[in-house]
Amino acid sequence: MLLIDCPVCGQRSEDEFRCAGQAHLVRPGPPDAVTDEAWSAYLYQRTNLKGVSAERWLHEFGCRRWFNILRDTLTHQILHVYPVTQARRPEETGGGE
Amino acid sequence: MTGWRHASLGLVDRSRPISFRWEGRSYRGFRGDTLASALLANGVSIVGRSFKHHRPRGLLAAGLEEPSAIVQTGAGAKSLPNLRATEVDLVEGLEAHAVNAWPSVSTDVFASLGLMKRFIPAAFYYKTFMWPGWELFEPWIRRLAGLGHAPDQPDPDTYEHAHDHVDTLIIGAGVAGLQAALASIRSGVTTLLIEHDAVAGGRALGAEQSLSGTPVGSWIAEALAEIDAAPHGRRLMRSTAIGLYDHGLAAIYEHSDPAGPPGDHGSLRGRLWKIRARRIIVAAGAIERPLVFSGNDCPGVMLASAAETYLHRYGVVSGRRIVLAANNDRAYRAAFALNDAGAEIVAVLDARPEADIGLLEIARERFPVHSETLPLRVEGRDRVRAVRPARLDGSGAMASLSDEIACDTVLVSGGWTPSVHLHSHIGGRLRWDDMISSFVPVQPSDVLSVGEAAGEFADLGRIRPIVCVETPGGREEETAFVDLQNDVTLLDVRLAVRENFRSVEHLKRYTTLGMATDQGKTSNINGLAILAAELGRTPAEVGVTRFRPPYHPTPIGAFAGHRIGDTLRPRRRLAADAAHARMGARMEDYGHWSRPAFYPQARETEREAVHREACAVRTAAGLFDASSLGKIEVIGPDAGLFLDRIYPGSMAAMKPGRCKYAVMLSEHATILDDGVVARLDTNRFLVGATSGNAEKVAAHLEDWLQCEWPELRVMTTDVTMDWAVMTISGPKARLILAQLGASIDVSREAFPHLSVREGTLLGVPCRIQRVSFTGEVSFEISIPWAYAEDLHSRLMASGASLGLTPVGIEAIMTLRIEKGFIHLGSETDGVTLPDDLGLSGLVSRRKADFVGKRSLSRPEALRQDRRQLVGLETLDGSAPPIGAHVVSDRPDSLRGAAHSEGWVTSSILSPTLSRGIALGLVEAGRSRHGEIVILRDGNRVLKARITPPGAYDPSGERMHD
Amino acid sequence: MTAARPWRRYSGLSLLRAGFERQRGWPPAFIDATPQSSYDVVIVGGGGHGLATAYYLARHHGVRRICVLEKGWIGGGNTGRNTTVIRSNYFFPESAALYDLSLRLYEGLSAELNYNIMFSQRGVWMLGHSRHDEEILRRSANAMLLNGVDAEFYNDAETHRRIRGLHPNPSFPIRCGLLQPRGGVARHDAVAWAYARAASRLGVDIIQNCEVLGFEISDGRVRSVRTSRGDIRAPVVGLAAAGHSSNVAGLAGLSLPLTSYALQAFVSEPVKPVLDTVLITSATGVYLSQSDKGELVIGGGLDLFPSYAQRGSLPNMERSAAGVLELFPQFSRLRFLRQWAGICDVSHDSSPILSATEVEGLYVNCGWGTGGFKAIPAGGWLFSHLLATGRSEARARAFTLERFLTGAMIDEAGAAAIAH
Repeated sequence: MLLIDCPVCGQRSEDEFRCAGQAHLVRPGPPDAVTDEAWSAYLYQRTNLKGVSAERWLHEFGCRRWFNILRDTLTHQILHVYPVTQARRPEETGGGE
Repeated sequence: MTGWRHASLGLVDRSRPISFRWEGRSYRGFRGDTLASALLANGVSIVGRSFKHHRPRGLLAAGLEEPSAIVQTGAGAKSLPNLRATEVDLVEGLEAHAVNAWPSVSTDVFASLGLMKRFIPAAFYYKTFMWPGWELFEPWIRRLAGLGHAPDQPDPDTYEHAHDHVDTLIIGAGVAGLQAALASIRSGVTTLLIEHDAVAGGRALGAEQSLSGTPVGSWIAEALAEIDAAPHGRRLMRSTAIGLYDHGLAAIYEHSDPAGPPGDHGSLRGRLWKIRARRIIVAAGAIERPLVFSGNDCPGVMLASAAETYLHRYGVVSGRRIVLAANNDRAYRAAFALNDAGAEIVAVLDARPEADIGLLEIARERFPVHSETLPLRVEGRDRVRAVRPARLDGSGAMASLSDEIACDTVLVSGGWTPSVHLHSHIGGRLRWDDMISSFVPVQPSDVLSVGEAAGEFADLGRIRPIVCVETPGGREEETAFVDLQNDVTLLDVRLAVRENFRSVEHLKRYTTLGMATDQGKTSNINGLAILAAELGRTPAEVGVTRFRPPYHPTPIGAFAGHRIGDTLRPRRRLAADAAHARMGARMEDYGHWSRPAFYPQARETEREAVHREACAVRTAAGLFDASSLGKIEVIGPDAGLFLDRIYPGSMAAMKPGRCKYAVMLSEHATILDDGVVARLDTNRFLVGATSGNAEKVAAHLEDWLQCEWPELRVMTTDVTMDWAVMTISGPKARLILAQLGASIDVSREAFPHLSVREGTLLGVPCRIQRVSFTGEVSFEISIPWAYAEDLHSRLMASGASLGLTPVGIEAIMTLRIEKGFIHLGSETDGVTLPDDLGLSGLVSRRKADFVGKRSLSRPEALRQDRRQLVGLETLDGSAPPIGAHVVSDRPDSLRGAAHSEGWVTSSILSPTLSRGIALGLVEAGRSRHGEIVILRDGNRVLKARITPPGAYDPSGERMHD
Repeated sequence: MTAARPWRRYSGLSLLRAGFERQRGWPPAFIDATPQSSYDVVIVGGGGHGLATAYYLARHHGVRRICVLEKGWIGGGNTGRNTTVIRSNYFFPESAALYDLSLRLYEGLSAELNYNIMFSQRGVWMLGHSRHDEEILRRSANAMLLNGVDAEFYNDAETHRRIRGLHPNPSFPIRCGLLQPRGGVARHDAVAWAYARAASRLGVDIIQNCEVLGFEISDGRVRSVRTSRGDIRAPVVGLAAAGHSSNVAGLAGLSLPLTSYALQAFVSEPVKPVLDTVLITSATGVYLSQSDKGELVIGGGLDLFPSYAQRGSLPNMERSAAGVLELFPQFSRLRFLRQWAGICDVSHDSSPILSATEVEGLYVNCGWGTGGFKAIPAGGWLFSHLLATGRSEARARAFTLERFLTGAMIDEAGAAAIAH
């Protein structure tokens, strides 16, 4: 059970949270200008990295705030928690945009 | 009779004798005994039968690693299968049996299976039972398999969960664990020490050692006193660390003392602790390995350390004429101790050359020591009678056969295996250590292993890493057991190698080595050492299978904890729950909510009640508790803009005081939810959600707001449980509401359909929406949650004379089906798009973007033959079963001749129209109105006509009234 | 390619003979081959799907030079880490065609491969607990019958009567049950071994401990596979790497519509027979059966965050335990023996992908999510057709990557509200 450092509530257990998958997806638009391919990539294609990956998490049974984390999908180690509005730190490798 | 109780040794309380029954016979033991020690003290040799061959088995070990003595205790609901005799505390009146033996463990008729062992080696079942069919054999195999019997009654005992956090968690209260705990406490951090045993001390218990000049018993007592005295130190006994998980989480099962006071109605049997620790120290010790030789499963063959434990802890001497067979120095301790206690050590067989035997001189003074010798086989069937030793050559193969040595007990030691299980649970890596001939934790890792768990042994001396004698003939391999519980022999391992199951995982899965209830605690390392030898590789190259939690089997009930029965799913109760109960509502669970299904009057059937309620709405008025509907306030200067982006329809253009029906889409354009959106004020909207989706919709809004459009000046609040909602619906609804004295003008002119008003009612704030799910004039009255019951009674009181009737969900469903209104989850599924339901009018064509817009123009969304919402009228006037399919007779290459073109999603016998009314999703349904189709439900076939949905009041005049 | 490989037929008689030989006469079940420099088809992934694909390629498509590359040991991925349930109780005709092909192949598999995979058709139940469940299960039952799949729908009393030991009064009352009598369980490892033995006999090179490091691609075509044991040229490469598909495909520059999650399963200590069918309940998402060895085999939902850790977690174990006790409170005192996890590659609609890719000659078999084991024969059958002909067989056409462009999802979970 992961221990996640919610930016608002501090360290809480995994079962209070929900993971929404890959972070930093860029929603293409406007719709009229988006090809089927680009829309499909946005909806479905995921890097699905084995290693450090940027993810969106929600403190669902808590403050209900969304935030991003960098987490190693192989070891489950959490390297960094940061706001959803913040770009990914360039020095981190892999995943996301 | 070989095992015997020493007159004075041991820590059992001889002032408290205990009588117990084993296999129907009465025996005596003492408080402090385990079932195993008591049986041994009583001279009982055969304590189990093996899983496959039903061979007689005795005690191999004294701890949790015991593979053979598998017993069932108690009877009825409190019966417990598959316990090791070594983990069963002796209590007065204990009743225990061996498992997997009939009629008794000493005369088991299935022992004849052992005679066939040559023909049923590992994995034989993959090679046979195919003709005429596995189904003929399987029932017999299943009956033979399995160990104990599951209770057939619910567990009368309870289990609970507990949580804690601590700076340092130390697992194991042996000497290493106690030392670690003392160091931790002295450093000032909060410290928790856990121990699976009821007492601390581990293997040092009762031993005549001394630690830093103090006798070990006193040292342990002093350590415990210091831990208990420290305000930041605690310990949990009878608590087994069953698993380590991510981020410092330890799962610990604490089991209650079976001798403790019993409860009348079941008692707390165990507690699952979930402890977060900043630092975890594993001091779980090590497990001794047996040796592999023919007949090594014979009762009387025991681990040397187990004999020591039985002696020191329980005062039981394992035999009278004992042979020790070992490949390390430590095992000699057992020989000395048992010899001191009065047993004769007939011989010591040591795999090592004389030069490597550290204790040779001392030992030779007391008993014969045969170097470079190991047992080739044990003679005896139900009990060890003699050992046949073999001299080893330099390579470990047999050089010569020695004379038989008569004895009643063989103590074995093939070295020690650090308990690396917990270290491995969280992905810790392992390294082969030649010095101890076993795997040890690679450190540093997420946990710190100390003492023997880390591979630190002071007294093993120089080990000779041989666990079995290489024999030229190999006749012995059939009865040389590697895994005792699963009856995996040397022959089986060699067979697996021959058949190319050479990966250590293949070996395990093919032969089942290490897959028994002991999870290979005494067999894994021997198995892989033999595998390595067969392959001519090192054990390090062969590797080891992954250790999986739990470390020790743990009751399923402990994991469920309090989540059983009524507490499995917390039920949400409506604010007016009591009022519904008073009116005789039949409450049912709809999702998480307990809601009135209908209100049966005397002797009414469900259908009668539902029809009466539905008719009341059509002719007078009904009162429906809609409090569970989701309500989310969306507030802020950009609220309109935000909702415009969320919804496919236009929200920003809606005037304050108005409301509209809307569907919410996912980015895939599928319908997530539907409900009414009301504009309460310029900057204030109320988003309605279905009862089951309130949280989901609230989360959906916040997701977009926080992550995609954080610049919008909007906040959302889920007020679902702040407002109760009573809906009155029907031609008399307005009249009833008007009598209630709300501050709101409810006249037709002042309060048109699809509008919302705020005001006061019964002296508290209220909000009323005119929306309709029934097709009749309806007012949804929202009032603070606490006033729901009051409002309900007032409405009933004032409406009674006008025919106001409480109605449940089933009547509401009836009414909405008559109207052709969709119900989320009935008419929608994970692929439904708005146009499928004829709701394209809710999708703005002018807006540049909204959630899901792009997906509406994908090829799949534009297909002409999508399933569309229709009405279905059976030709015989009956209500077709929900779930019946519309069957096509047009051939289709994939789907065959009679394939499904859609299905009935909702269906009722309409009380208003007195015939069956159904809704369905049918391929290209909107273009097929009037067509007669076949409906099929199982073998039943019906004809039905496709119609537009909404058989009742299609123009909608009534609800607009 | 290689000389005839030693083989001995499995039967009661050969077992008897082997007994007199002290089990010495058995040849290897499959050969550990040395990689050649080129093959007609290279299959990446030595799990059930990869091995079955190789077998059917050799058996039915006349492809002679085939190898299967396995990073670890064959059958070591999800084939050896599942709850062994086999069923075809699907809603959409596309899924039904796929999974019923699989079930039918399973029915003849022991005989065809001369290896007892212990397919035990003890029936698979889906339990319904609410009015809504009942509607959905009836809809499913009718869909199954129309799809040519066996289905029996029972009311509450009949469901209780047919499933021994079900709790008479659970918190989630049982309203109905949908039984697929032909469904059941099999011995999971044996499926991989059986295909490996049969494929090996037909000359397929099974290469264990061989990791794929990359692909050589030129002019949009796959040319060779770079492995830890050297480069292997092949005009056709099929990926069947289950949970690791994204990573292997990534080596070829492909991005797949997949996310990998851990799926946990649990077994109890073995007890004498207490459950003679397979149960799946929508109320708690738990599924439950009893192995021939006597262990209760219990599965639950996915751990809902991406993971490659192949290990269990506590919350899921607690939920599954609660789900089991809801149905069988008498199992409370039985003990969990082992918990483990497999890595499932899950697509948006939880349906599989059997498809060509933008790299010519490179094909993928992935996205089976939590249901790959039951699909092994069909996955092998259909993938071998794709690899041999370059075209999808009729029953595989709906499962290409195309659907992620068009939106033509086959969303069983969404449609039937049943956990898949």
